[in-house]
Amino acid sequence: MAERTKFFLLRYGPLLTTMTVFVLAYLAGGWLYPAMKNPQVFFNLFINGGYLLLVSIGMTFVILTGGIDLSVGGVIALTTAASAALLKAGVSPFVVMPLMVILGIVFGLTQGCIVHFLKVQPFIATLMGLYFARGMAYIISLESVTIKDSFYKSLALTPIPIPFLDAYVYIPTLVGPIMLIVAIYLTYFTRFGRTIYAIGNNEQSALLMGLPVARTKILVYSFSGLCSALAGIVFSISLLAGYGQFATGTELDAIASVVMGGTSLAGGVGTVIGTLFGVLINQTIVSILQFNGTLSSWWTRIGVGILTLIFIGIQSLFYIRRKHS
Amino acid sequence: MKNYPLLNRIRESRLFLPLGALAVILIFDAIYAPGFFNIAIQGDHLYGNLIDVVNNGAPLMLVAIGMTLVIATGGVDLSVGAVIAISAAMGAVLINPALGNQLITNEILTRDATNTPLPIIILADLAAGTLCGLWNGFLVSRARIQPMVATLILMVAGRGIAQLITNGQIMTIYYTPYFWFGNGYIFGLPVSVYIVAIVFILAWILVRKTSIGLFIESVGINSKSSYYSGIDEKNVKLLAYAFCGFCAAIAGLILSSYVHSADGNNNGLNYELDAILAVVMGGTLMTGGRFSLFASVIGAVVIWTFTLTVYTLGVPANALLAAKAVLVMVVILLYSDYFRRFLNRFSEHKGPEHGRAN
Repeated sequence: MAERTKFFLLRYGPLLTTMTVFVLAYLAGGWLYPAMKNPQVFFNLFINGGYLLLVSIGMTFVILTGGIDLSVGGVIALTTAASAALLKAGVSPFVVMPLMVILGIVFGLTQGCIVHFLKVQPFIATLMGLYFARGMAYIISLESVTIKDSFYKSLALTPIPIPFLDAYVYIPTLVGPIMLIVAIYLTYFTRFGRTIYAIGNNEQSALLMGLPVARTKILVYSFSGLCSALAGIVFSISLLAGYGQFATGTELDAIASVVMGGTSLAGGVGTVIGTLFGVLINQTIVSILQFNGTLSSWWTRIGVGILTLIFIGIQSLFYIRRKHS
Repeated sequence: MKNYPLLNRIRESRLFLPLGALAVILIFDAIYAPGFFNIAIQGDHLYGNLIDVVNNGAPLMLVAIGMTLVIATGGVDLSVGAVIAISAAMGAVLINPALGNQLITNEILTRDATNTPLPIIILADLAAGTLCGLWNGFLVSRARIQPMVATLILMVAGRGIAQLITNGQIMTIYYTPYFWFGNGYIFGLPVSVYIVAIVFILAWILVRKTSIGLFIESVGINSKSSYYSGIDEKNVKLLAYAFCGFCAAIAGLILSSYVHSADGNNNGLNYELDAILAVVMGGTLMTGGRFSLFASVIGAVVIWTFTLTVYTLGVPANALLAAKAVLVMVVILLYSDYFRRFLNRFSEHKGPEHGRAN
C-alpha cells in the first residue's frame, strides 16, 4: 500500500503541486481581497483566460511530442484580423468561422510538414510562422477593425447563468472547456494520444516500434493551429475587433502555463489537466493584481517567471525521484 | 576536390550563404531602388541607407556575436531582448535627474543633466546585462535546466524587471552626452560601428587566439565527452551566457541612446528572434559545434539590409514581418538537407561528403 501511495505521489506529484498552488493562490487572493470570494470572480478566470486555455491545450500537445509552437499568438492575430475584415465585407459569420478554423488547420499543417519533412527545428519553423501570421494580419489591415456583425455581438453579450450560483459565463467561454474534454479524451483514450507520448519520450524508438510518427507529428501541429484559430475566434468575439497587434506574447504565456501545469519541455511527460491549472494560476495572478489595483501589470510577468522557475525545479526533483525508484 | 577546388571551397565556406544573400538583396536594390546606394555627406558625417544599415543594425550585430557563442555551446538565449530592455531601463533611471523625494516637475525631468556620471552609467548597464547572462549561465550549467527553458524565464520576467526599474513608465532621456552612442559620429562613421568593431575584435581574440573557442565548439558537439576530456564544460557555458548578456547590455545602451528613451515593453522587441536568425544564416547549427562570428555579423547585416530595402520600397513597417518570414523560409530551404543534396549532386565529385556536415 505504501509502495502504491509512493508511486501515485511520484506519478501525479507535479499535477498535485500545480493544483495545490492554484488553490493556495486563490485562497490567498480571497483572504487579501474578500471580493474575490464572489463565485463570479472564479468564472471570470475562464472568461478572460478562455483564449489562453485554448492555445495552451494545443501547445501541450506540441510540447508533449518534444516540439514547440511559437506561432500561436500570430495565428490568433491573423484570425481576428481576417474575420473582422471578412465580416466587414459582408460575409456571413457562418462562413467566416469555419473558414477561420480551416485557415488555422492549414497553417498548422504547413508548419508540421516543414518541421517533419524539411527537418527544421520546430523553434525556427514556428518562429517563421509567427512572423508570417502577424505580417499577414498587418497586410489585411494596419488598424484595428471593429466587428459590427449582429451574430458576433449576440454571442459576445449573451450571458449564460451558472445554475445554483450567482454567476454567469458567455457562450465563447464554453469553447475552452469543451476543447479540454476533447483533449483529455485524445490523450488518454486514443492511439493518437499514446503515440504523442511515445514520440515525446523517444522519437527514434517510436519510429522503430512502427508508430505513425510523421502523421502524428503533423497532426499535432495542425491541432495546435486549430486551437489557435478557435482562440482567435473567441478573442475576436470577446473584443469585437480584429488587429494584428492582438495577443502579443501569448506564446510565452502559453508555454509558461504548460510548464506550470507539469509538462516537461523535453516532451513525453505531462497532462492536459495540468495545463488547465497552469492557465488558472496565470489568470489568478492577473486577477489578484487587478484587485490590488496599485500593483502594475508587470508583476504578472515577474510572478509567472518565478513560478515557472519553481515548477521546473519541482519537475526535475520528481523526475530524479522517479528515476531512482 | 579535383574538379572545382576553388568553387567548392567557396561554396562550403560559412560565408557563402550570408554573402550570397547580401549580394542578391543588393543587386535587387541596384535594379529597383538605385537610390539605396546614395551616400551623401551631411554636416560632418556620412548619410545614406548603407550607413543606416550599419548604424541601425549595430545592436543586432552585437547580440548576434553573443548569441553565436551561446548557440555554439548547443544552447540558445531567448532573453536577449529582455536584457536589452533591462540595460536601457538602467541607463534611463540612473540619468533621471528627478530624485525620489524631489517634487517631479517637467522642468527638472527634461533638464539636460544626469544624476550619475556617464562612466558609472555605462558600467552599471554592462554589469546588469552581465549579471543577467550569469544568471542564465548558472541555470543552464549548474541547475542543468534546458537552455530554452532557462532563458525563457528571464525572457518572461525580464521585461517585468525592466518596467519595475523604470516604475512602469516610458522614460525619455534628455541628457545629450548619452546620445553619442547611438547618434554620434567619429570620422564620419557612426559610433556604434566602432563599438561593434571593438566587441567583435575582443570576441575574436577570445575565441580564436585562446583555446576558449575550441572548448566552446567541443562542448557544443558533445558536452559529456568534453567533460571527460578535462574541459571545464560548466564554466565554458557560463562564460558564453555571460558574454551574451554583456553584448545584449551594450546593444541596450546603443538602442536607448538611439531612440532617446527606455521602454520596458518595446526596447529590443523580437531581438532574440532576429539574432537567432542572423546566427543560423551565418551557418552555425542550432545543435552547436562549429561557429563563425564574422558570418553571424554578416547575417545581421543581411537582416538589416533586407529591412531597409523593404522600407525603401514603401512597404509598411508592420507588414515587414511577413517579408521577414519569407526570408526565413528561404534560409530554411537553403539549409535543408534537400537543397544540400541537390547542390552536391549538381557538382558531382568524388571527395568528402559535404552533405554530412549537416
